[in-house]
Amino acid sequence: MKKISLIKLKVKRKAKIAEILGGAALQNRMMSLGIYPGREITKQGHFVLRGPVMIKVGRAVIALGHNMAAKIILEVE
Amino acid sequence: MIKKIFLLGNPNVGKSVVFSRLTGVQVISSNYPGTTVEISKGQLKIKDEIIEVIDLPGAYSLETSSKAEEVAVSLLRDCNKEETVVINIVDATNLERNLFLTLQLIEDGYSVIICLNMCDDTKHRGISIDDKKLEEILGVPVIPTCAVTGVGIKFLIERIQETKPAKRDKLTHEESWKEIGRIIESVQQLTHRHHTFRELLEDASVRPLSGFLMSVFVIYASFKIVRFLGEFLINKICDPVFFDFYQPLLMHLSRALGGDGFWHHLLIGDLINGAIDFKQSFGVLTTAPYIEFAMVLPYIVSFYLILSLLEDIGYLPRLAILLDNLLHRLGLHGFAIIPVLLGFGCNVPGILATRVLESKRERFIASTIISIGVPCVPLQAMIVGLLGKFGGWYVGGVYLVLFSLIIILGVVMNRTLKGYSPEFLLEIPPYRFPPITHLLKKLYFRVKGFIFEAVPIVLAGVFVINIMMSLRIFDLVTGIFAPIIKGLFGLPKEAVVALVIGFLRKDVAVGLLMPLGLTAKQLFIAATLLAISFPCIATFVIMLKELGFKYLIKATVIMITVTIVVGTILNFGILH
Repeated sequence: MKKISLIKLKVKRKAKIAEILGGAALQNRMMSLGIYPGREITKQGHFVLRGPVMIKVGRAVIALGHNMAAKIILEVE
Repeated sequence: MIKKIFLLGNPNVGKSVVFSRLTGVQVISSNYPGTTVEISKGQLKIKDEIIEVIDLPGAYSLETSSKAEEVAVSLLRDCNKEETVVINIVDATNLERNLFLTLQLIEDGYSVIICLNMCDDTKHRGISIDDKKLEEILGVPVIPTCAVTGVGIKFLIERIQETKPAKRDKLTHEESWKEIGRIIESVQQLTHRHHTFRELLEDASVRPLSGFLMSVFVIYASFKIVRFLGEFLINKICDPVFFDFYQPLLMHLSRALGGDGFWHHLLIGDLINGAIDFKQSFGVLTTAPYIEFAMVLPYIVSFYLILSLLEDIGYLPRLAILLDNLLHRLGLHGFAIIPVLLGFGCNVPGILATRVLESKRERFIASTIISIGVPCVPLQAMIVGLLGKFGGWYVGGVYLVLFSLIIILGVVMNRTLKGYSPEFLLEIPPYRFPPITHLLKKLYFRVKGFIFEAVPIVLAGVFVINIMMSLRIFDLVTGIFAPIIKGLFGLPKEAVVALVIGFLRKDVAVGLLMPLGLTAKQLFIAATLLAISFPCIATFVIMLKELGFKYLIKATVIMITVTIVVGTILNFGILH
């Protein structure tokens, strides 16, 4: 078991969220979108040049800015 | 006793469509989160009782993160819980995410009724929801609906009065999600099925390479269609009506008025070579209606047809992802492309739409960029109509100057303004194909808005301008500004009037340039300056309301500086 950020996860891979770095404001915003520690997500895409990262959470597809994605830490096998 | 009904739900679940169904009040609805930034009010009659219905901007939770969300939640918090019903609109294709807000509403003790919307869309996505069971678990009425077609709305209205607060203990956020997980398990069933063409398209449009190619294609095609349809309407419908039917009628009137004099000047304007010239006569009955109905209206129709189509399908959020990188350099993030695109129709809704951006800094940058670098449809239509005859390069040149300005201004503001811009966080909706009637209704609503708001101002404007011209009131202003206009921009002193009138309406201002017989270069400079100098008064008022006095002054200083610099550079530098 190791921890990597969402940036490092390969596209189309699933992983469980270990923690979300950053302030309470960000954590709350993520929480209301259903992105919280323990939740499983699938990475759907990643734009070059520090572009946005797309993830699938439940049935919703959400695009996150690069720096925001860097704050989402995942557990992978 | 119910006095108020609030419509609340996550962004992009169809609140505005439900609102229109309940009240008959038409509001703009699209397929991207954050279409509604303002509060709309309407009325619903249930058994002889009239209840106020309020459509709120979407919110993911009762803790807010943007100005639009703040507006929604604070209004809800301020009202008396006993007299209020909350219709919580829930996207059935995304039940899990939506229930977070639902639980918060129920826990806070509101009388909630759940409108399980987009039920038509669940079947081919392989979702089935047991709404009876959901009702049982939550303790509040749950009504499946499909608001775009109107299915279920009747049942929704029938059950509004029976709703009352359900008892639920307050949960922490983590507990809420666990609870939602349990609820979903017992009410929702998923059947596996193969990927549809639509889903392949959805995937392709957010992949870097295919997404980029698609966006180039979509933008190019949109531009071509707007142009083609606009010209088609002008050449095949508007011009024939004006020249074959309206002109002979006006010639009778002209003769009846004696061909000259005050009233003739006011209504018909000047005769060019003994005949009415719709582009040059400049009378209340000649040039004014010609500008609005034969030069601008066709493009309003074609532009909003394409924009509405892109909005409804759900392409715009995908464009936002692709442009996120570029817009970051301007101190914005990808979503800012939506206010900018709306601004190309009319700056007012564009600036209103900046409310979905989180920080004041972003809203200031976006509003300033829109008011300087984004020309509205009426202005663009007039620029195309006037400069087009000198060749596409001149029209293209105006856009090139404006585009460069957007980039330069954005970069400079991003470097110099205090603070930083937040990151992009946006839910990407699935592609949807609402019924064509929905699209046409929206187009009709927007075109009607243009006719009722713009046409009276233009007619009255031309009326007042003509009176002021014959009383020589403009001479004073012309005298003061002529040295700048002539010396720096190389324009004749009559162009001062056009620039001043640009503050009233851009299309009339370009119209004032038509009889001046300007050279291509002068026309190019004047048109560009009209686009970047002060926005029209309506935009100004909206900027004052949205940004406040201090920021408006800042934006104004930027506008004046940019106008003088760009005008001078274009006159002395690039063009010969």
